[in-house]
Amino acid sequence: MKEKIIYKKPDSLTDINFSYCPGCGHSTVHKIIAEIVDELNLREKIIGVAPVGCAVFAYNFWNFDVSEAAHGRTPAVATAIKRVLPDRLVFSYQGDGDLASIGMAEIIHTANRGENITVIFINNTNYGMTGGQLAPTTLLSQKTTTSPYGRDAKNYGYPVKMLELLSPLEGVKYLERVKVTDAASVIKAKNAIKKGFTYQMQNIGFSMIEVLSSCPANWRKEPVEANKLIDEEIVKVFPLGKIKDIK
Amino acid sequence: MRKGKIVINEDRCKGCFICISQCKVKEIEKSNKVNKYGQVVVEFKNLGKCNACTLCAISCPDAAIEVYEIIEEKV
Repeated sequence: MKEKIIYKKPDSLTDINFSYCPGCGHSTVHKIIAEIVDELNLREKIIGVAPVGCAVFAYNFWNFDVSEAAHGRTPAVATAIKRVLPDRLVFSYQGDGDLASIGMAEIIHTANRGENITVIFINNTNYGMTGGQLAPTTLLSQKTTTSPYGRDAKNYGYPVKMLELLSPLEGVKYLERVKVTDAASVIKAKNAIKKGFTYQMQNIGFSMIEVLSSCPANWRKEPVEANKLIDEEIVKVFPLGKIKDIK
Repeated sequence: MRKGKIVINEDRCKGCFICISQCKVKEIEKSNKVNKYGQVVVEFKNLGKCNACTLCAISCPDAAIEVYEIIEEKV
């Protein structure tokens, strides 16, 4: 009897354990990015830019070059790296508090300039690291620590749909929303991120992939239930699929 | 049908049990063991039903599962 290994931890992940809570979507997205880097053999060519938020220690987990940026300024730093080193593949990795709140100006201008970078946007509908405060993407009537009676539109406005917001801009070439709640959706998410990277390599322009991610700790749910909540509720507010594809 | 087995890296497993919800042949279960970080880990039951489909490993957030295909050599 012979044993053939058909799935293992990607080499582009270090042996340091993720600092994320059990079942967190960040871990899955880190893993699939590392798998893509292995598959496309990009380890010496790729540069990531880590955000402020739960993923602030991303440079500990990925075994390739990762820079760090001030809160929300990840697309600006990614722009600089791409302009100085145009032969590298540069991606910005951001959460929803980082991208849709404090970094709103940077993302819109980066998209409008059509910078040739890929943005990976993790949407878990709250500020995970600081304890689950209301984020721009929080759903209506969702309870958070700063909206204890649920988000109401009169006081807090409506959830921001970043991809729909960016899609009219001419510099934007590829936008897709995916989730990572089960094996099938993880494969789809991986294909979407891979497509974003491929577009960048072909110099097509700005691409952004939004990943609906669970936050079991701040949603006060078991990981499997939190994933079910995405499948049943959150996809109604943030519809999955391609929002824009230039090709 | 092809045969397989999985190996769980107990130091990486955080006990989210997403793999249990994904396994179609119910080969993974919650164990009584706790790893060095205090997390309850999962274990492979090894009932011979595993067909190395990799659904558990693909959905594992922490890359804690390795999947092997068992190839029987012809005599």
